[in-house]
Amino acid sequence: MAVLVLAEHSNAALNDVTAKTVAAAKAFGGDIDVLVAGHNAGGAAEAASKLVGVRKVIHADGASLANGLAEALEALVVPMMTGYDAFFAPATSVGKNAAPRIAAKLDVMQVSEVTAVHDASTFERPIYAGNAIMTVKSSDAKKVITVRGTAFKAAEGAGSASIETVAAPAGPFKSAFVSEELSKSDRPELASAKRVVSGGRALASAEQFNQYILPLADKLNAGVGASRAAVDAGYAPNDYQVGQTGKVVAPELYVAIGISGAIQHLAGMKDSKIIVAINKDEEAPIFQIADFALVGDLFKIVPELTGKL
Amino acid sequence: MKVLVPVKRVIDYNVRPRVKADQTGVDLANVKMAMNPFDEISIEEAVRMKEKGLATEIVIVSIGPAQAQETIRIGLAMGCDRGILVQTDAAVEPLAVAKILKAIVDVEQPGLVIAGKQAIDDDANATGQMLAALLDWPQATFASAISKDGDTLKVMREVDGGLQTLALQTPAVVTTDLRLNEPRFASLPNIMKAKKKPIDMKTPADYGVDITPRLSVVKVTEPKKREAGEKVADVDALIAKLKSVGAI
Repeated sequence: MAVLVLAEHSNAALNDVTAKTVAAAKAFGGDIDVLVAGHNAGGAAEAASKLVGVRKVIHADGASLANGLAEALEALVVPMMTGYDAFFAPATSVGKNAAPRIAAKLDVMQVSEVTAVHDASTFERPIYAGNAIMTVKSSDAKKVITVRGTAFKAAEGAGSASIETVAAPAGPFKSAFVSEELSKSDRPELASAKRVVSGGRALASAEQFNQYILPLADKLNAGVGASRAAVDAGYAPNDYQVGQTGKVVAPELYVAIGISGAIQHLAGMKDSKIIVAINKDEEAPIFQIADFALVGDLFKIVPELTGKL
Repeated sequence: MKVLVPVKRVIDYNVRPRVKADQTGVDLANVKMAMNPFDEISIEEAVRMKEKGLATEIVIVSIGPAQAQETIRIGLAMGCDRGILVQTDAAVEPLAVAKILKAIVDVEQPGLVIAGKQAIDDDANATGQMLAALLDWPQATFASAISKDGDTLKVMREVDGGLQTLALQTPAVVTTDLRLNEPRFASLPNIMKAKKKPIDMKTPADYGVDITPRLSVVKVTEPKKREAGEKVADVDALIAKLKSVGAI
């Protein structure tokens, strides 16, 4: 058996979720090859070759792969799949975009956001925003899987896989990259941060969100998140959103500030190791899952906490 | 340009799903059902395109039980022109849904399909991408803004690091994210008018699509419960606790 794992990367560097996807592929079994599809992505290919348990890295490089677009990834991956039993992609915006397209071309029903791999055909995944966990058995000859990175632990150690270079698909494609606005931040990336500080609607404005949440995040060297309510109200950008429809995080420490704890938010953070909730409403559902609950006025508590840390 | 909008009838957004005691699934008996929230956003976008003169006709499609007609009627009241119900009581996986939608697209020849990025029941996030693959059309998932320039669609997408803009040749598939728009409520006169709009009744067999599931459900269970922890009196107590568990 052999598995092709799609690497998540920024061309220069490999994203941590790749190693976690390799860990999921390991539970599936067989040889593991990692596909680094990008443009000037030598750095990411080099890093992928050092992941433990990888047979080889396939490095496809070209302008058509610069932005991780689904059509180019489909053109690259589908012909390669004759040699593999499974395609594993991290459930990132690139993986979620491309994997179902590849699955349909292979006439395979994808298993999305897998949180456990029992054997080569049995997988666990959350449904209903994590309110239920479904175990499914796939009857497809090949499997297409997206992996929820927070559910897997990257293997320790270092490998030394060979790197094979292949051509990028030439196109032309019917979709073209126009532009990108990436949020610039020196803070740890939300999805992989060891600590996360999140703000909710109680912050009441973008100014107060920045004034209260950011200094505490900086003090803790934490990534910054937000509830959907805060994002919808315009207090925080959308890529801060933690929840069913945003990012799923599972840091060592999650600090929820002024977040009531709607089901869809809890779906995105309830696997965090330690949860701290600060909220003035004693009845807020967030307190039912928090390890440490502090009831009170966030506008007094947060500056005090930031000052004393 | 004709626009096709697929919609799904799911458990209402505000209802907490209950896992059945025999672990065969989630209990849907006597539970309030509604249109998948992302699909409401798709309809709103299609209706706005029609109001701007960019779309000529909006066809709303659902694949599901007879009651999914009610879901289609909501879309008709919001401004869709006609409906198609592909009736089945079976659970239809995204791959089979995409195959049925492809067959409908082959007949209807829309210039654009706007679908929700995921249904809030199975959270698969796959149907739109699969449909685009089967049609060999370009796709833009997780859309937060759509504009049209001649035959080209410009779509701004929500991606992990921020926003990405793509230019798509039409015909194309776009899937909608939360911030694309705020769906309108259907007015009473429009609800009355929608009752006169036609809904075509079809079955998966009409389109020659085999809907046999590829995934069989072994079991559905409750997620691990997280116990509520302890209340701390003040900031100093919180810091002491965090230090004691090694979190800071």
